[in-house]
Amino acid sequence: MKIKLLLATVLTVSSLGLYAETPAEKGLKIAQAADVSDQGFSDFTANMVMTLKNRAGKTSRRIIRIKTLEGKGDGDKSLSLFDEPADVKGTAMLTFSHGLKPDDQWLYLPALKRVKRINSRNKSGPFMGSEFAFEDLGSQEVEKYTYKYLKEEACGSGWKCHVVERTPAYKYSGYTKQVAWIDTKEYRPVKVMYYDRKNSLLKTLNATGFKQYAGKHWRPATMAMQNHQTGKSTILQWTNYKFKTGLNNRDFNKKSLAR
Amino acid sequence: MALNNHKQLKQLKKHIKTSLAVSITSLILFSSVTAAELSGNVSLEGRLFTTDPAYPKQAKSGGVSLSFLPEFKHKWDGDDQQFTFTPFYRWDEKDDERTHGDIRQLDYLVSKGDWEYQIGISKKFWGVTESQHLVDIINQTDGVEDLDGEDKLGQPMFRVSRLMDNGSVDFFVLPYFRERTFAGQNGRFRTPLIVDADAATYESSSEEKHIDYALRWSESFDELDLGVHVFKGTSRDPDLTLGLKNGDPVLVPYYPQITQFGLDLQHTAEDIIWKLEAIHRKRKGDDYSAAVGGFEYTLPALTESGTELGLLAEYHRDSRGEVANAPFQNDLFFGARLALNDEDSSELLAGVFVDLDNSTKSLRLEASRRIGNGMKLNIEGQVFTDVDKEDPLYTFSKDDYIQVELQKFF
Repeated sequence: MKIKLLLATVLTVSSLGLYAETPAEKGLKIAQAADVSDQGFSDFTANMVMTLKNRAGKTSRRIIRIKTLEGKGDGDKSLSLFDEPADVKGTAMLTFSHGLKPDDQWLYLPALKRVKRINSRNKSGPFMGSEFAFEDLGSQEVEKYTYKYLKEEACGSGWKCHVVERTPAYKYSGYTKQVAWIDTKEYRPVKVMYYDRKNSLLKTLNATGFKQYAGKHWRPATMAMQNHQTGKSTILQWTNYKFKTGLNNRDFNKKSLAR
Repeated sequence: MALNNHKQLKQLKKHIKTSLAVSITSLILFSSVTAAELSGNVSLEGRLFTTDPAYPKQAKSGGVSLSFLPEFKHKWDGDDQQFTFTPFYRWDEKDDERTHGDIRQLDYLVSKGDWEYQIGISKKFWGVTESQHLVDIINQTDGVEDLDGEDKLGQPMFRVSRLMDNGSVDFFVLPYFRERTFAGQNGRFRTPLIVDADAATYESSSEEKHIDYALRWSESFDELDLGVHVFKGTSRDPDLTLGLKNGDPVLVPYYPQITQFGLDLQHTAEDIIWKLEAIHRKRKGDDYSAAVGGFEYTLPALTESGTELGLLAEYHRDSRGEVANAPFQNDLFFGARLALNDEDSSELLAGVFVDLDNSTKSLRLEASRRIGNGMKLNIEGQVFTDVDKEDPLYTFSKDDYIQVELQKFF
């Protein structure tokens, strides 16, 4: 009872603005608000074209179809179906993401018709040889980071952004920190800068062409990842976004990998 | 390829018939199905054997081989229904028995809510370990394809599955049995006497028409993936008995009736995976158990670019002991898997099997990388050393080889 009372007092005081918010609290609040703003999407499907470019300008392409089911009480479930390059056509990956607990992940190898549970130690490793690491593409649950609010500044196309530093709280991350620009109005993630284990700038991600789906959910059309250390880059183009398509748990069963 | 004897001519006729039948079937099926998606691959393979063969008539240095594996797939009803057709054909320069065709898949699949039904010819893989696939029993091994036994013949089946939140129960009816393929007299990787696969005998009077059944339950509990199964029917592994063909001694496959209980278990932690497969097999007057278990440990990324190294160790046990026609009765497998995680998906797997009873060793290497956008280069090799005369691998002890395969995907 006493604790409740104390809590109520603190909340009242803070809501009156008499209580100074620490940068950590403000950063967490923004992350939570961003999470809430995208809640209720139920499920979505989309097509992704990944263009890899090396320093010499040579490009190669990957095409992946994505299905995602919103998690209730836990992280999201997602299914990635690979169409290109031709040698991996039919390969599929099923991921049950969690907060701090490692994700559960199964890979389907069509030549052997084998479903293989894989571990997630190398989440810092490149996804299909691209500049995106597995951890960049995973579901961004709030608990995965600790936060620190840095400042507010202009960003995107005339928007204002919260600039928040986030430190991975999960094991085996390839980053010491990330600095994220999130627009103040709709919580769209506009830009992320990634710092490697030696704390030097490794990559920058720029997201553009945001569109609103199902009257609420903002998604970018293009995500460009530039590696500053190797000069390589990867561009992700998203098309054919569909929300609330009626997917359910059965579509994210291990069996669904083989379909 | 000179057709200098009657047998070869007969074989060629058989193969032309097979491929004709396959093409006609495909034409009929696909004129009626629209929007079928075509994918697949064509592969050119070259094998080089480093020593002279052990037995007369075996091909000396190696040879080339060409294979074709197209896949037609048609999905409709929001992908809830699909039809797949995957014929396969291989031509081999040296071994007539390796020149063969098969229908890897020709089936119809429908999934409705919690249920999935499949009817036709298909393939199912069960299991978790890397160096041997003990519990994998639905399909017959296409023995002429590769030494690793991972290539399978299409199995006629009816399957019904009940899906749960984190698993499923599968029931199979397998109405027709596929006989294992064996190398011919010119082929390598064979026994001193060739196996006359066409003369196969069965315990069941229904022979290959015996109806087999299988039931499997698989479920994931957090970090644990569990599968248990029971199979009742014709053993995929034949006994080889002495027989005669045109007055010459040959080996004849005998397929007994079995009941198999099996378990596969995997515990996946972030950096170490534990795996176990075990079976208990009952047959007339004979019971045996076998197991394979071990771990795969993933080291931290070796380089900034994400090069990954995994170490594997698996132990094999078979209650039949050294007399068994299974080579892994008290053997250890060590391996290392290197993945560059680069643009070309370059990978290398190297491993060694050691027989702890007689110190027979067999080293295996597999490497692959993508070339451009639609090609893949695969290299594999195997070396047998210190092979004991009593070891089942002894008949392959002069078959050290290196194989280069170029695959074009479409």
